[in-house]
Amino acid sequence: MSHRIARTTLTALALACVATLGHAQQGKLKVGLMLPFSGTYAALGVAIENGFRLRLEEQGGKFAGREIEFVKVDDESDPAKATDNVNKLIKRDNVDVIIGTVHSGVAMAMAKAAKESGTVLIVPNAGADAVTGPMCAQNIFRSSFSNWQPAYAMGEVSGKQGKKKAMTITWKYAAGDESVAGFKEGFEKAGGKVDKQLTVPFPNVEFQALLTEIAAAKPDVVYAFFAGGGAVKFVKDYAAAGLNKTIPLVGPGFLTDGTLEAQGESAQGMQTTLHYADGLNTPRDTAFRTAYAKSFKLQPDVYAVQGYDAAQILGIGLAAVKGDISKKAEFAAAVEKAKIDSPRGTFTMNKAHNPVQDVYLRKVEGNENKLVNIAVKNLADPARGCKL
Amino acid sequence: MDFGTFLVQCLNSVQYGLLLFLVASGLTLIFGIMGVINLAHGSFYMLGAYMAFALSPLFGDQFIVMLAVGVVLAAVFGYLLEWAFFSYLYQRDHLQQVLMTYGLILVFEELRSILVGNDVHGVKAPPWLEGSFALGNLMSYPWYRLFASAACVVLAVGLYYVVNRTRLGMMIRAGASNRDMVRGLGIDIRRLYRIVFAAGVALAALAGMIAAPMSSVYPGMGASVLIICFVVVVIGGIGSITGALVASLLVGFVDTFGKVFFAELSGMGVYVLMAIVLIWRPEGLMGRKV
Amino acid sequence: MQRLSHSIPLLCAIVLAVFGPMLSPYLSDLVVKVMILSIFALSLELLVGMTGLVSLGHAAFYGIGAYATVLGSGKDGGSIALLLPLAMGSAAAYALAVGALSLRTRGVYFIMVTLAFAQMAFFVFHDTALGGGSDGIYMYIRPTLGALDMENRYTQFYVVLAALVLTYGLLALIRRSRFGAALAGIRVNEQRMRAAGFAVYGYKLAAFVIAGALAGLAGFLLASRDGVVNPELLAWHNSGEVLLMIILGGLGHLRGAVIGAVAFTLLKELLSTHALVGPLADHWQLTLGLAIIAFVALLPKGIIGIAARISPAAAKPAKGAAA
Repeated sequence: MSHRIARTTLTALALACVATLGHAQQGKLKVGLMLPFSGTYAALGVAIENGFRLRLEEQGGKFAGREIEFVKVDDESDPAKATDNVNKLIKRDNVDVIIGTVHSGVAMAMAKAAKESGTVLIVPNAGADAVTGPMCAQNIFRSSFSNWQPAYAMGEVSGKQGKKKAMTITWKYAAGDESVAGFKEGFEKAGGKVDKQLTVPFPNVEFQALLTEIAAAKPDVVYAFFAGGGAVKFVKDYAAAGLNKTIPLVGPGFLTDGTLEAQGESAQGMQTTLHYADGLNTPRDTAFRTAYAKSFKLQPDVYAVQGYDAAQILGIGLAAVKGDISKKAEFAAAVEKAKIDSPRGTFTMNKAHNPVQDVYLRKVEGNENKLVNIAVKNLADPARGCKL
Repeated sequence: MDFGTFLVQCLNSVQYGLLLFLVASGLTLIFGIMGVINLAHGSFYMLGAYMAFALSPLFGDQFIVMLAVGVVLAAVFGYLLEWAFFSYLYQRDHLQQVLMTYGLILVFEELRSILVGNDVHGVKAPPWLEGSFALGNLMSYPWYRLFASAACVVLAVGLYYVVNRTRLGMMIRAGASNRDMVRGLGIDIRRLYRIVFAAGVALAALAGMIAAPMSSVYPGMGASVLIICFVVVVIGGIGSITGALVASLLVGFVDTFGKVFFAELSGMGVYVLMAIVLIWRPEGLMGRKV
Repeated sequence: MQRLSHSIPLLCAIVLAVFGPMLSPYLSDLVVKVMILSIFALSLELLVGMTGLVSLGHAAFYGIGAYATVLGSGKDGGSIALLLPLAMGSAAAYALAVGALSLRTRGVYFIMVTLAFAQMAFFVFHDTALGGGSDGIYMYIRPTLGALDMENRYTQFYVVLAALVLTYGLLALIRRSRFGAALAGIRVNEQRMRAAGFAVYGYKLAAFVIAGALAGLAGFLLASRDGVVNPELLAWHNSGEVLLMIILGGLGHLRGAVIGAVAFTLLKELLSTHALVGPLADHWQLTLGLAIIAFVALLPKGIIGIAARISPAAAKPAKGAAA
């Protein structure tokens, strides 16, 4: 009897040793994907995940020799549940890295939690200036944009086109406010003046009263920030009011990304600015687009690119620390020095970990946002309030 | 603001107010006659909008026909819903009604999500109503919006006629004043309730169908219209259709001009209006004194 | 059996106090959340269960308390001694304004009006520059008071537990007082109370304000826990859910509010866990909606009602409460 017990105990001990050894040699890297998998932004969540997984596949399914274990949480684009959802990932599932999200309100809660726990967070879309502003941290990165960037570029472009008087219109929420502020800064720096800033309560889409206001004021250009269904509605209503013939409508790329089919005639000829465009025709972009289309039977969009680049950032950081995610300072240093070869073009990071990238001017032609030229080269978000 | 712009804004106010009236009239009827507080009323509006989205490709030109079909479908749905679910609510207290209809909203929302998804959809106006006409040299006003206002006026007149000039209307008005007496007089109150409920659903759905080309079809549309309708009913007085009309127009004006003059606070304008009415006449402008 | 209904809640509090520190960070967070929701539910119980006023806008006071805490913290954090009264005071102030107007109405009107006023508060935080708009605002530093620092999760646990015990105690006291008896009378027959000479409006308003203040307390604790607030806290869905909690637990019983908060949180968790309900987990709204309808229809007396059927004595309300 005791012989059997002794043998079992020894075997168990041996196995335990091996197990801990194996763990010390780094098992799988736990990556929490907190994205919208339902609701209005579901398509964006899917695109981001697809882009991320494509990059992982290209690297042979491993970053820095470590396999990835995904833990998915549907954030439902609901800021009220955000803290609880991200806490599930950090405290219950003990993830090493978090990727997310689309909605800025949710991203704010995630950034707060990540800042407190030190978990690496890579934001593949949410443009809230605060994430790489007052809430910046050594362990927080963004692979997309700040709301300020495309807006500032559009302001500069409009000013240089000779427009003097502008009106802005957007939903009254952080993304809208930040976008309009960016446009105003760029426009007034280029010699123009923003006369009036109109707002619509989010997510209201009743624009008639304000379109009447615009018609009465007759500005040289109207800058609008809306996304998704709101973008479709606004562009269509603008055209229905006959304003597209007299007052050019401009905006950041979200006004016309993914919405052109629904907008149809009303969007033709519209100019927008974004860090991505159709028809870039660089070898890097073409390769990416082909690979994406092959894997997912879908055309990629800016969200897929952002997901792809989030994976690149993780790969670069992990390689520098040889897979040891606990080395936060070295991880950050490596990413800060890196030149990321993205389908959108090469970009670097500013000190708050937001991309410093070319912003393109695009024009709507048919169902595409065709590249016109580079609106602003290597535009860096000023990272106001960041203490890094 | 010059006179021309002012007139256009008035046009916008009236159009919004009239649409609101369609939904609110259904709600106030159901409240007034059956005493049931129905949180799911906004879902019927959403139902109408999604019906428009689904039926529009099938009917193309025949917009009026599509509206008629939609109304019939909604009425049938309302009739069945009353029979299967709402008839059990009359005996229950308000709290239970609130909670059960709240549960119903969740069910409707999820069913919609399963059947149609969560995307925002546009609905095209019929070809013969597309386009705009010039309002002086200020801007163009879409034909469809004019049609919407006209349709609402026609329906409002029709509603007035039915409620005030027909036998059914007489029963409705009687039921609103004194339910038990009506039953005592031998009128089949259950059938009356069913008809009223179906009518309420049909009105809300019709409003949704008419609104679809103007406001897009999106998941949250039921909730936003519901709360504004509550405000309309409180301001106008429960059970009063005329009250609902006056209140809807008031809300339309406050909302539209509020957006222009007080952009940030425009969302609150309607509630301030409601607060003022409450201070002055708690039972609503045309409600019965409780 | 009477003693049992007093001692069980006390026992639970002691168990929590003793075993609290042993819980994992995730569980501890969850328990704190449920305790905060219990306080929120208890505050509504005062209105609905004790006074018979069905309010569909209670989340407004919860949200105002939370926002007041974050806004009052500024960039350097704040003292609990300042922020807690600020949160409760702001909530109570709004409750006073809303109550004064809403209590002029009755029945269905009252329900709609409370909903509308909550919506108005929602819009203030959602649309204006006061709150951070629809994304909400975050707190730089959590409240402190001397040695108590809400950044520390143990402190958080005990502060919230203490608040829950105090709230429960306060409401139990109110129940047994003359004030509580008057409220119960108003719930049963308002006309009669008025005829007997009671200033019914005043009593109702007092209950409304106290309930609002307690909801503000829950809001303060939530802000301290999460470190971030957003307008959805004031959304009517939240008002509907807290109403559900007290019905779920059992209306008319203080334990019911706490039981309901626990049960509802568990229910939501269960319905969205794939392991338990499979593909239905993605459609938790549907199952939750159906569950709500079924529950209210079949078990209007809540969980305590079930207990009553099994053991009538256990569900007897505390001594002193009106029938």
